[in-house]
Amino acid sequence: MNTFKLDRREFLTLTGIAGSGLLLGCSSTGESSNTPFIKNTGPQQLNIFVSIRPDNRVDLVNHRSEMGQGAKTGVIQLIAEELDVDWEKINVIQGLGNKEYGSQNTDGSTSIRKFYSKLREVGASARTMLEQAAAQYWQVDLSKVQAKQHKVYNLTNGNSLNYGDLAELAASQAVPDVANLRYKSSDEFKYITKPVPIVDLHDMTTGQAVFGIDFELDGLLVASIERCPVLYGKVKSFDASAAKAVPGVVDVINMPDTVKPVVFSAGSGVAVVATNTWAANQGRKALKIEWDLGENKDFESESAFADMAKIAQSPAKRSAEKGDIEAGFAKANKILEATYKTPFLAHAPMEPPAASAYVTDSSCEIWAATQNPQAVMDNVAGLVGLKPEQIKVNVTLLGGGFGRKSKADFVAEAVYLSKKTGKPVKVVWTREDDLRAGYFHAGATAYIKAGVDKNANITAWQQRSVMPSIKTTFAPTTEEMLDVELSLGFNDIPFELESLQSESSGYQNPVRIGWLRSVSNIPHAFALHSFVDELAHANGIPTHKYLRQLYAADRFVNPPDDYGFKGYANYDESLEKHPINIKRFKKVLDKLEKQVNFDEPLPQGQAWGLAIHRSFVSYVGVASKVKVQDGKLDVLQMHAVIDCGVAVNPDRVHSQIEGAMIFGLSLALMGRIDIKDGAVTQSNFHDYPVLRMRQCPPIQVEIMQSDAYPGGVGEPGVPPVAPSLANAIFAATGKRYRELPLNQYLTV
Amino acid sequence: MELKINKQTHQVDAPDEMPLLWVLRDLLGQKGTKFGCGKGQCGACTVHVNGHAMRSCITPVAVAKDANITTIEGVDESGNHPIQIAWRENNVPQCGYCQSGQIMSALNLLHNNPTPSDQDIDNAMSGNICRCGTYPRIKQAIKDASTVMSQNKGVK
Repeated sequence: MNTFKLDRREFLTLTGIAGSGLLLGCSSTGESSNTPFIKNTGPQQLNIFVSIRPDNRVDLVNHRSEMGQGAKTGVIQLIAEELDVDWEKINVIQGLGNKEYGSQNTDGSTSIRKFYSKLREVGASARTMLEQAAAQYWQVDLSKVQAKQHKVYNLTNGNSLNYGDLAELAASQAVPDVANLRYKSSDEFKYITKPVPIVDLHDMTTGQAVFGIDFELDGLLVASIERCPVLYGKVKSFDASAAKAVPGVVDVINMPDTVKPVVFSAGSGVAVVATNTWAANQGRKALKIEWDLGENKDFESESAFADMAKIAQSPAKRSAEKGDIEAGFAKANKILEATYKTPFLAHAPMEPPAASAYVTDSSCEIWAATQNPQAVMDNVAGLVGLKPEQIKVNVTLLGGGFGRKSKADFVAEAVYLSKKTGKPVKVVWTREDDLRAGYFHAGATAYIKAGVDKNANITAWQQRSVMPSIKTTFAPTTEEMLDVELSLGFNDIPFELESLQSESSGYQNPVRIGWLRSVSNIPHAFALHSFVDELAHANGIPTHKYLRQLYAADRFVNPPDDYGFKGYANYDESLEKHPINIKRFKKVLDKLEKQVNFDEPLPQGQAWGLAIHRSFVSYVGVASKVKVQDGKLDVLQMHAVIDCGVAVNPDRVHSQIEGAMIFGLSLALMGRIDIKDGAVTQSNFHDYPVLRMRQCPPIQVEIMQSDAYPGGVGEPGVPPVAPSLANAIFAATGKRYRELPLNQYLTV
Repeated sequence: MELKINKQTHQVDAPDEMPLLWVLRDLLGQKGTKFGCGKGQCGACTVHVNGHAMRSCITPVAVAKDANITTIEGVDESGNHPIQIAWRENNVPQCGYCQSGQIMSALNLLHNNPTPSDQDIDNAMSGNICRCGTYPRIKQAIKDASTVMSQNKGVK
């Protein structure tokens, strides 16, 4: 296994595929011969993911972006499994942006769950072509040959041929009918469900891995951009003379004014283009810019939260309901209400956004740390007057993404500057740029009021979610939340509710709102699972036991039918394939109860808290043990259980859940972006802290491997973390914290 | 000026105040050392200067003149230093971006303290941020490397 660098001609042959329809319809169309023979003339493409070389090595394309989640390895495992190849003979090719691959939008925890079947089909199809070739060569029926580990065997006499020998003949075979493909059963798996090490492991431990910021090309210039601190502000004037005097500075370029809606456009600012990054940054410091900060210069996130808190206390647009909520409250034995607040957040990947572009009169080539190369093609086509499919997008490794790098604004900047200078240009963001010019996770407020009967069963549940919708980035006057946002841990409550009334409101604000690892699940899960814990305590029932009571009977919760929520998105999966399965919640709870004795007496100031949440069609339970003493919070231990159906690479599932615990701790303990005078006030890791090793507890992860369709893995670990902590703190101290981050109350 | 990087001598034309990070990356094409914050806050740019871990993003290149500079590329010719092997055996990296700096800080720790306690590891490594959250595995890899390197006697 290695990550293979193709020469340019081969790369074009193998990955620059002309549009010709179906995913599997792209094999070369040589005539099938009546007198087959073995030839070794070069790499043979069996479909757009699979090529076989005469030396028996196999080129497999990973079409998804790799940002630490392990997709690059998982994708190859799926193809390799059904192709039945020797792992050591695989070259992994990173696919260019190309719609033929299907979606390359590496977001929504989709790489495995959306391609599990398709990529196995890709592998099985190519393997069948090799078998057809062998059958033709031996002049035997297809049923008399069988592929196994890089060879095809003649079952009548035991002879075999290497894949490499069969490549050319295989490429001339008809593409097999998908309906007739044979797949391995799970007990035959050699790669799927195995902890295969990631393909870039050696490069990443020796400094050889190439990220967006590492790209090099002869004559490549580096740009650093001073962006307008306020959204939709403009450059009034600027003096570039001092900047141009900095050695290495080549040019100073006025960026285009930010257009409304901002979407992913390059916006207002002044770029300094230089021969190296440091010169560009020095030149930038020497700029004198006068801004027209525009209509948003007085915006403050604090007043936005004050507004949202008010909205949350008043009736809003109804999106889901069940039964008669008034009757439910009327007969309640006890009524509780609470309001929760979660701040704006920045993604802060360790590699800040970086992209390179080279625009000529007739071409545009890009090298970028992007989560979504096809969106890049769509986003920059207009800038250069080409069709999207004419834009060539090379995807580098991403030094973290978390949703930030699916927004193509930084790529548009590189394209704009290359077009202006006529030279290849790399745009490198500083950490300050990253934190101040992000697409932020929406600050949010949630209100919940519930009534329970004397047995603590819920008779009425009223809830409101208020936040600026992601849609405001695309349509600034949007006043509503999207159904897809209300589908993320809000209108899919897995508890037995006698009645429900669910309302929501958007909030217009001049902030680029984007999606961040698990998106609206963060505020929704914090509110929901904190509130359930509040109910449990109010009724004197241990939370883990109360959860079991609220899950009630095994059943599938169906938001359209049960709650009248017609817009339920279910993470773009059908409810038939991925129901909201109460049994799976309970099994996760069972596992957590086995790992953790929730009822054990602990020293003063210590306690466990838990939360179980379904998102991206996977189920994750988190139990956190905290110690609170003298105003200091220590997270002592975390246990996580995930049921994601088939875990294609259990080691990467394990690492993603570890990572999600840590990402969740960062946001729960310290994550907060503030906006004052229209501009973000944070600037670097001293005022936007993320978790460090000394704050990191031991984390135990249990994966419930099963035969169920695979669910998402990258995101679902995040939502339960914050409520598990707040619940633990309450159990330890009797203090309920309903606002994040927790470092406003306790030293962390 | 002349720089000694990974036992090789390089001539560079750089102003004294230019950070070593950008000299390495942009003038010498050695991209293994990463930019993360530019303020010495995240450790992605960690290199060794005369055997001491330094944040190259805030180290003027003049400071490193005549010194022995070691970067991730120079840890081991074949990339098989015990610490790199331990990193791989524990499947430490996720995105991999911060790992050069993590490895350089860990190596520095093991130079100074061949058998660190958990507390020692926390103290030494808390200047290096990993946003993906590989801390538990980094910690284990350091312990594994410590065992191997102690057995091999003498820390390389």
